[in-house]
Amino acid sequence: MKRIIDYLRSLMLLELLKGMSLTMRHMFRPNITINYPEEKTPKSFRFRGLHALRRYPNGEERCIACKLCEAVCPALAITIDSEQREDGSRRTTRYDIDLFKCIFCGACEESCPVDSIVETGILEYHMETREEGIMTKEKLLAIGDRYESEIAENRNKDAAYR
Amino acid sequence: MLEMLETVFNWIQSQYLIWTLIKILLITIPVITVVAFYTYFERKVIGAMQIRVGPNRVGPLGLIQPFADVFKLLLKEIILPTNSNRFLFLLAPIISLAPAFAAWAVIPFNDFLVLSDVDAGLIYVLALTSLGVYGVIIAGWASNSKYAFLGAMRAAAQAVSYEIAMGFSLVGVMILAGTLNLREIVLSQQGGIFDWYWLPLFPLYIIYMISGLAETNRAPFDQAEGESEIVAGFHVEYSGSTFAIFFLAEYANMILISGLTAILFAGGWLSPFEGVPVLGDTILGEGSIFWFLGKTVVFMFMFLWYRATFPRYRYDQIMRLGWKVLIPITLVWVMIAALMTVLGFVVRGS
Repeated sequence: MKRIIDYLRSLMLLELLKGMSLTMRHMFRPNITINYPEEKTPKSFRFRGLHALRRYPNGEERCIACKLCEAVCPALAITIDSEQREDGSRRTTRYDIDLFKCIFCGACEESCPVDSIVETGILEYHMETREEGIMTKEKLLAIGDRYESEIAENRNKDAAYR
Repeated sequence: MLEMLETVFNWIQSQYLIWTLIKILLITIPVITVVAFYTYFERKVIGAMQIRVGPNRVGPLGLIQPFADVFKLLLKEIILPTNSNRFLFLLAPIISLAPAFAAWAVIPFNDFLVLSDVDAGLIYVLALTSLGVYGVIIAGWASNSKYAFLGAMRAAAQAVSYEIAMGFSLVGVMILAGTLNLREIVLSQQGGIFDWYWLPLFPLYIIYMISGLAETNRAPFDQAEGESEIVAGFHVEYSGSTFAIFFLAEYANMILISGLTAILFAGGWLSPFEGVPVLGDTILGEGSIFWFLGKTVVFMFMFLWYRATFPRYRYDQIMRLGWKVLIPITLVWVMIAALMTVLGFVVRGS
């Protein structure tokens, strides 16, 4: 008996009509699309994007070539060479990050004792040759100089939790 | 000047071949244009149903998108698989396209706008819509690829099963109308929305729409394509303009089935307000080509609505539905339609 009732009920196409009314209702709902290049979703101040090397306000680069970031990097993306500068301080001569190896985990940023290597909120960048995938010290410092105000602001917001 | 134009016009009308060619072009070119915008409409409608926006980059509101797609496809290379049967491989898209366009010859747009007013119009349409599946089968065979072949086998089995249900639902219309001429079928439905055949033949109307979906290989009956299981089915080896022709044929078929549903079950060019006291006396009460086009668009929208709503049927479920559900129901309702005519519940139109 139950089978016959079920059969007749399925012939009424009730489930199908229910599904169709759902899609029809969705059709008149305002869509939730973000039109990407014109509109963007909000981004956390902890966002881990492209790397940068920072400087002190007097223009001296922060990095002291302690190589903690190189040691902690799980993807072995960081390569550092260092030597003594003429004034006796220890500085890097080479600071390369291979963006193709980097997994953007943020471990380098956390390990840095002088807040030198940081990850910025930059996520829209591209490269046209494989060589450009390696961020050299000059490039990293240039990014740090250009976005210093933004980087500093994001560090301030995060300061209470660090 | 006007006289000269008139003589030229009269001469063209007297040349039967040229005049017919012009009429054919007047049907095919709008159909191709509608196909182009139908793809755009499909993406917009399904986008809206999934709370997305759909194409909006090329031109205002993305309206140039279909042309961008067409040019992309036409400029691409046609890849011929090494071990394919080249003649059949290139013939298949043409075989699937030709019937989709040829069937338009008997479609009456209104009382007098019809390319050829043949008496066996319904049989002609039924024959041509079932020819379309040969293109799919030949494409699957000629590709010499296992996925294409599986798709072709599925298409063949599906077409055979649903052809019967579709044929029987048309038999119901034939019994009530007493004619095979599509124009006369529409005329026999005169008298307002409740005199159209969707009401006395309601189960057949539903079954016609379902088997129409199956005939055009549209979701939820797109077994022949089967994106998730057999990659793209019969057209997996096709690229460039050969693929574009399959695409064109599929959408032209969808428009054709929508137009046929409008003619057979929804009164063709007749107005739904016919016989309604006040509205029926205004211009809305008169039958015109716009009613036909409007109804066709509504049925075209239904195709997209189904696609946005239903998941694909499993292969054995399709066979079960076709043979064990649809065909018995049509058989029963054909009897009921015959009884209705004999006992005089449905009065045959003029």
